[in-house]
Amino acid sequence: MQSSTATASFESPPIDAVGVEERVARLCSRSIKKDAKLRALHLTLSMIDLTTLEGADSEGKVRQLCAKALQLHAALPDLPHVAAVCVYPALVGVARRALEGSGINVASVATSFPAGQAPIEIKLLEVQKAVEAGADEVDMVISRGRFLAGDFTYTADEIASVKEACGEAHLKVILETGELGTLDAVRRASDLAMRSGADFIKTSTGKIKPAATMPVVLVMLEAIRDHYLRTGEKIGMKPAGGISTAKDAIRHLVMVRETLGQDWLDPDLYRFGASSLANDVLRQIVKQRSGIYQSFDDFSM
Amino acid sequence: MTKSTQAAEPETPKLRFGGHDGWGYAPAPESTDHVELRDRYGLFIDGEFVDAKDGRTFETANPATEEKIADVALASDADVDRAVAAARRAYDNVWSKLAPRERGKYVYRIARVLQERSRELAITESLDGGKPIRESRDVDIPLAAAHFFYYAGWADKLDYAFPGRGARPLGVAGQVIPWNFPLLMAAWKIAPAIAAGNTVVLKPAETTPLTALKLAEIIRDAGVPPGVVNIVTGAGETGAAVVQHEDVDKVAFTGSTEVGKLIRRALAGSGKHYTLELGGKAANLVFEDAAVDQAVEGIVNGIFFNQGHVCCAGSRLLVQESVADEVIAKLKDRMETLIVGNPLDKNTDIGAINSRAQLDKIEEYLEIGEAEGAEPFQTSCPVPERGYWCRPTLFLHASQSHRVVQEEIFGPVLAVQTFRTVDEGIAMANNTPYGLSGGVWSDKGAKAFRVTSRIRAGVLWANTYNKFDPTAPFGGYKESGIGREGGLAGLHAYLQPEAAA
Repeated sequence: MQSSTATASFESPPIDAVGVEERVARLCSRSIKKDAKLRALHLTLSMIDLTTLEGADSEGKVRQLCAKALQLHAALPDLPHVAAVCVYPALVGVARRALEGSGINVASVATSFPAGQAPIEIKLLEVQKAVEAGADEVDMVISRGRFLAGDFTYTADEIASVKEACGEAHLKVILETGELGTLDAVRRASDLAMRSGADFIKTSTGKIKPAATMPVVLVMLEAIRDHYLRTGEKIGMKPAGGISTAKDAIRHLVMVRETLGQDWLDPDLYRFGASSLANDVLRQIVKQRSGIYQSFDDFSM
Repeated sequence: MTKSTQAAEPETPKLRFGGHDGWGYAPAPESTDHVELRDRYGLFIDGEFVDAKDGRTFETANPATEEKIADVALASDADVDRAVAAARRAYDNVWSKLAPRERGKYVYRIARVLQERSRELAITESLDGGKPIRESRDVDIPLAAAHFFYYAGWADKLDYAFPGRGARPLGVAGQVIPWNFPLLMAAWKIAPAIAAGNTVVLKPAETTPLTALKLAEIIRDAGVPPGVVNIVTGAGETGAAVVQHEDVDKVAFTGSTEVGKLIRRALAGSGKHYTLELGGKAANLVFEDAAVDQAVEGIVNGIFFNQGHVCCAGSRLLVQESVADEVIAKLKDRMETLIVGNPLDKNTDIGAINSRAQLDKIEEYLEIGEAEGAEPFQTSCPVPERGYWCRPTLFLHASQSHRVVQEEIFGPVLAVQTFRTVDEGIAMANNTPYGLSGGVWSDKGAKAFRVTSRIRAGVLWANTYNKFDPTAPFGGYKESGIGREGGLAGLHAYLQPEAAA
């Protein structure tokens, strides 16, 4: 739909940070118990992008992560599978082979993740290589330096050209909100990304703190909502970094439910970028079913 | 795929909030196990719980279930007389002679026990009055304790509060409070009065006497000398007896403007000091440069907090025409997420209407609004079968001449109007008989200050709403009342105004 930079506008509404924090506090006061909790835990699992993004990642490490994605817990029946496994471009092929036929997507970071400080030609080539190797989803980073310098046209063009390089692959645009400084900037970057072709907007690389804080995510959800109400286009959301407990994840689901409604409570439109979240969710599921907490050693890495 | 690539017939984008076909919240009721409620409550006079002299009682009920909770003693003129006499004795013999620091210690002690028993008090408040536990737990009870803490600190510092004025208490205060914030209003009244050295006779509202009576237990257990605080329960006649008692030196009333006018007439020429905190019809002014999502949240907090049973509720929305469609659409979406129901459920946003009588009044206004030509909007939230409930309601296209714009409804009903210019917005905000509070929403700081300075109301909020603090004075212009409560002004209202000789 309206993704060309020619029609992109850089207008964004002002955000009142104090008001956002109050709204978040109120959302956090929701009490999720019993059936509602169990359903939320299952939903969370189905939304996880199981992630490894270390310099030391090897084929063995990625195969191990894919095996975990395929079998989250040997003894629990009826568990949903995670949405995707997220790796560096060099390891996309390994993940692709390990996950073939499972319904689990392969996501790859690209565009010189995490800093994004590379020439655009190299970023586009990296995207192209990741897609050729079998990535279903590409997680790009925006050039925060150019964005903070006020060069919104550059940022918009960059996103649009990465989108083009993605072809059929879905594009998640990482704003790295921890480097943007204000919620106004988060809103502006969200609007810009959606108008330039993002399928998902994503908070963070996970390499910078703070990452997916609740106020930042709320502002992004409200941007998605406004974009939808204006264009009819449903953009997805992916908080990443800092969400490590089931309790945090459920708070996010509450926020999604009350900001975007039921349609976004779906792995097609909401993802958690996380490495340790899955096991805490599994632990809570076991607790909900058996009434007792198990040791973390009872859950595979 | 998440994007629609086909140029199919575009559907109007609409958010779906319903919990029926998706993920909803399971009931999460607060446990009432450890809350002890008696079947029968007496009057608290001279440090003891006693029956009414004529033995009469009235029932207090849970508005969410319509079930009776307890029988409460109904104080007659003779009981009020006993209470005022006890207050006078305590003033003359004990309280006025006590070192101010010692007085402060008692007030601090009350504050601490309120905190210790906060959970029990919150549950009782929600049971007796219908307000959601989220509010009684997070707002009413903590604020009540905060008022006692704040005024306890002033007890031995009155000479610093009003230097050179020789601060002296007034004597016996007769206080009548409403049902919307039962314990908090009791705290607003009692804390400054006794910290300043007065003794009091307080009458809580007849639909919500229980937390005031629990406060009486706390005051007794804190060792406050008998007679310093007396609590007499009953309806309007009991209140009239308190206000008109000839040995009362000061009257403090919070309630309707109608009753406030009666009190003012009754007190004319009596020489009694008085403060009246009455009704309101506050405007929330949303300008085109406001942060819209946060403004919508403020509008919701402004009118739907405590079912709209709030004298300073933002019951009129004045929105600039250029952003009216967006603000109203977002407001409707936000309202769809509000949960109406069991006040004890931790997820409830809007509890029960306080009484049958109040629900009747609100429903009458719903009819009036429609008959006047305003367009009603109500959310689709399910409400329980028994009890008194009102869904969050808007009256769109309301006009300045409509009764739903001019009169206080005291329910979850918001009149929505638009304005074109700053001057017009301010003129509309000021154009009611009331002047208690107001809100301004703009991302421009200078504009917010300029606009608030031109609104004739006692309390104004910029980019927020319904924020309360014991250090801030609260009170109205015009028919919203006389005098201030809270802060130093609230303390001053319980002291002799003369300068020291």
